[in-house]
Amino acid sequence: MTESSTPVARLAGAVKHYDRLTALDGVDIMLHRGELLALLGPNGAGKSTSISLLLGLSRPDAGRAELFGLDPQRIEARRRIGVMLQSSNLPPTLRVGELLRLTASYYPDPRPLAESAALAGIGDLLKRPYGKLSGGQQRRVQFALALCGRPELLFLDEPTVGMDIDARRKLWAAMRTLVAEGCSVVLTTHYLEEAEALAQRVVVLGQGRVLSEGSVDELRAKVLLSRIRCLSDLDADAVAGWPQVASAACVGGRLQIATGAAEVVVRRLLDADPALRELEVQRAGLAEAFTELTREQPVPEAA
Amino acid sequence: MNAVTVPAAAPPVAAGMPPRRVLGAYLAEARSECLRYMRAPGFMLPILLFPGMFYLLFGVVMAKSEGADAARYLLASYGVFGVMSPGLFGFGVSLAIEREGGLLTLKRALPMPPGAYLLGKMLMAMAAAAVVVLLLLAMAAGLAHVTLSLAQAGGLLLTGMLGVLPFCALGMFVGTLFKGQAAPAMLQLIYLPMSFLSGLWFPLSMMPKVLQQIAPVWPSYHLDRIALAAVGMGQGAAWPHVLVLVGFAAVFLLLAARRLRRHG
Repeated sequence: MTESSTPVARLAGAVKHYDRLTALDGVDIMLHRGELLALLGPNGAGKSTSISLLLGLSRPDAGRAELFGLDPQRIEARRRIGVMLQSSNLPPTLRVGELLRLTASYYPDPRPLAESAALAGIGDLLKRPYGKLSGGQQRRVQFALALCGRPELLFLDEPTVGMDIDARRKLWAAMRTLVAEGCSVVLTTHYLEEAEALAQRVVVLGQGRVLSEGSVDELRAKVLLSRIRCLSDLDADAVAGWPQVASAACVGGRLQIATGAAEVVVRRLLDADPALRELEVQRAGLAEAFTELTREQPVPEAA
Repeated sequence: MNAVTVPAAAPPVAAGMPPRRVLGAYLAEARSECLRYMRAPGFMLPILLFPGMFYLLFGVVMAKSEGADAARYLLASYGVFGVMSPGLFGFGVSLAIEREGGLLTLKRALPMPPGAYLLGKMLMAMAAAAVVVLLLLAMAAGLAHVTLSLAQAGGLLLTGMLGVLPFCALGMFVGTLFKGQAAPAMLQLIYLPMSFLSGLWFPLSMMPKVLQQIAPVWPSYHLDRIALAAVGMGQGAAWPHVLVLVGFAAVFLLLAARRLRRHG
């Protein structure tokens, strides 16, 4: 049944409740070897719960969670993963090198210490006590701990929070190196540009469900809409039928159009209605578009 | 039915871990646990200072008139008093803080061998207990002129190192009930009254009858009896006290393990 294509990690119909709150409501996620999957979603969307099920930290109330086809609580499965969680206060008095050596000791075939340090860019921090590091440096150390066991699958939960742009780029480069080596990565992030820069596949979660799943380009096509607003006598329904117009409606006396090709549509608008006034073209910012995607109605349309 | 086993994509060998490396992981965990606390003055200083100062004051200075027997008696009692705190605080407080700070979650996600976390803390508490007992032994021999045979000194050291374990279990249980900084306050509320009520500060014979009668409820009372026997001041057999402590440790360990499994 499970031949060569055993997924590296899998959630199947996973449901998880916390008291009365439904954190996950039937989520299917599958990750293949060498793939970088980004989990996106606003706070409370179920990203961390999904990760925690896949790590075996909690059990789904219904459905399944698997790592390499095994129960995530099996140590054999966990010996093949590396983990970087959102908040983990490591012992402040231990030196970075000691933390690395300790974490590497859990794995059957860890990377040499110097290699892990170099990949995470912490070669100069090895002798420093962890508690004396800056927030961004601590995150880099945590990244080094995640990769030091030569994992086949890496879980990175909001890895670049608190990092400056330079550190973030370095971490991205390291992630690309790991993926090139055949490592799979599950990445959760608030930053869409991070998913864009790295992920082959993006799963957008909202309110415990998968809202959208696809390649980065597919997601981009969904969110990179521009919004055109103007005062015009044109019929919204007719405009909605134009090519490259995603949607059009009349909102508060203004014609409002969502499109992926603003220039083309604007040209046609001006041709069609020379009396058109107060033209506004606004690119839906990544964050804004994403908010619209994660709303309950995924269509960016004010009713 | 299952004719030929299909070779799995990822050979299970990759997940296999030679026993020597597993042992290495246990050792690395214990070593880190000891290092991090020995380097934290906020942890080691109070553990050494309180029993040390008490013994200096009551065992060395004030017991001069009472003779070497008082100093010997108090060596056992303050030894027990000193041994309780690495158990209660080393285990309870660190567990409570690590539960809050996410370190325990990370360790559970990592392939740390089962029990290494608790074993590491246990060894750390035993090492800290040994340091406390050695300090008091040095003070007793050097300042209070208590003469102990090597067997007696060794017996007290062993009592301290093993006697810390029931308090580890109690500390661990409290650490699973409270998160973060609520745990140390709660543990102080257990530690100090319990020490007093089991006659570690003043001999039980000087205390009201009622308190004498309920003293056997406290584990520290039983450890004190064993410690007194170790320094040659025992009354009656020590083994019933050992049994009580073993039972006490087992009960709290089970309670704590159950809570940890349920609530993490």
